Amino acid sequence: MRECEYSQISTRSSTPMETPYKKRTPKKRKWEAFPGRNKFYCDGRIMMAKQTGVFYLTLFLILVTCGLFFTFDCPFLALQLTPIIPVVGGALFLFVLGTLLRTSFSDPGVLPRATPDEAADLERQIDVANGSTGYRPPPRTKEILINGQTVKLKYCFTCKIFRPPRASHCSLCDNCVERFDHHCPWVGNCVGRRNYRFFYMFILSLSFLTIFIFAFVITHIILRKWLSFMRQTHTPAGCVLAVVVCFFSVWSIVGLSGFHTYLISSNQTTNEDIKGSWSSKRGKDNFNPYSYGNIVTNCCAALCGPLPPSETLNRQLFTDRLIPIPVLFIDP
Amino acid sequence: MWFLTKQFAVRRYFTHCLSALIDLVCGTKRWRTSEFVLASLVFVQTHSLQDLQQPAVSSKVYVQRDYSSGTICKFQTKFPSELESRLDKQQFDETIQTLNNLYAEAEKLGGKSYLEGCLACVTAYTIFLCMETHYEKVLKKIARYIKDQNEKIYAPRGLLLTDPIERGLRVVEVTIFEDRSIGSGR
Repeated sequence: MRECEYSQISTRSSTPMETPYKKRTPKKRKWEAFPGRNKFYCDGRIMMAKQTGVFYLTLFLILVTCGLFFTFDCPFLALQLTPIIPVVGGALFLFVLGTLLRTSFSDPGVLPRATPDEAADLERQIDVANGSTGYRPPPRTKEILINGQTVKLKYCFTCKIFRPPRASHCSLCDNCVERFDHHCPWVGNCVGRRNYRFFYMFILSLSFLTIFIFAFVITHIILRKWLSFMRQTHTPAGCVLAVVVCFFSVWSIVGLSGFHTYLISSNQTTNEDIKGSWSSKRGKDNFNPYSYGNIVTNCCAALCGPLPPSETLNRQLFTDRLIPIPVLFIDP
Repeated sequence: MWFLTKQFAVRRYFTHCLSALIDLVCGTKRWRTSEFVLASLVFVQTHSLQDLQQPAVSSKVYVQRDYSSGTICKFQTKFPSELESRLDKQQFDETIQTLNNLYAEAEKLGGKSYLEGCLACVTAYTIFLCMETHYEKVLKKIARYIKDQNEKIYAPRGLLLTDPIERGLRVVEVTIFEDRSIGSGR
């Protein structure tokens, strides 16, 4: 007749025992109690860094340049050359926008901070290992062996966890991020495990878009000057502006794409490359333990591998009860 | 065996039974027989809320991640000493091993995951608005497995496994409850 059923704290559905007479205070979602320095929009669906000014600049530049291209160049090119040009341009533009928004709005792979019990347990273990000294605690690191390579795991004093390998603490967002690449102000977010592929697709497609616009605006200008039946030789100001923006951005964006292509093929993060973690200069036996050995597998793993879901669970209901409790259910 | 919720939930339950009784008496709502019986027991029993015992948390054990194979999600199979009195090493090993296998399945690089990745890329990742990723499907499987393990093995021994996703896939938390049995019969 009576059934004991264990379940975790049901934070998603309301309990069957809620009395209709008592008015409940509105339930808070986890993002509202998020300890890091992130900004949330759309009820926790969008997660960005605190400083988003440069992101709006990126968006503005892309929209304005593409807008100028579609307004001033596409009608001419579609008539004189082929209508495929605006179609391809449009597709590229939508892909760039999609990947940019996906990079900026998604959780980069933030590691949730340790619960008080977990932190206390870790502290206890560290004290036991170090032989609790009264003054000045020693730096907390743990050495492990990954595929034959010694890797040092550092203890994060903010998040109170031992950072997993390849994770790093972003000082701007005040979070530990898994497979931390870098904090990109242009996308207004950290680039980590969960959004690296979107970031790479964004810079790659943006390189193509920039080169595409640059090439066709130049073609447009040249065609206008050389076609004898075109009476007007005046080049619209919009074209010139588009060319200037593209010219200055193409070097940095193509360069960045090339750099990240190299990183993906060797399965490294920007953070590791800058620190020279797997550089042979550090030691003869120093190698990257995460690399799969060949470029194709490394690329596939980084871009087409399984996408882990967000661990911060931003939209779940917040509860300060961290102890899962057994709940009684009665048979109907 | 009675396993009761924390005080405020118990209080809520009795309020619910009371309100059910009121509804029945006033004829505002038909109620199930079992609930009516229980509601009437509110008046018959003389136990106060304080008398009703709740399971107290004795301690928590954390099973850490095993990074020897890289960054894939894998937990250490070392048997914690605090569980020696409550659980067989073999059962614990089996649970952790199954969890490790499930996470390996979620993170497996193969034809299926590549296909999913390529399809997502081609659709500018909008396909995830309507489709669940392979990883999410396996996580649901893991949640079901943990619930099943809790019901069959851990709960009868006064233990509770927490799904690692609730702890950011960092640890498997095992809550040890004080062994206090109350009431009669199971």
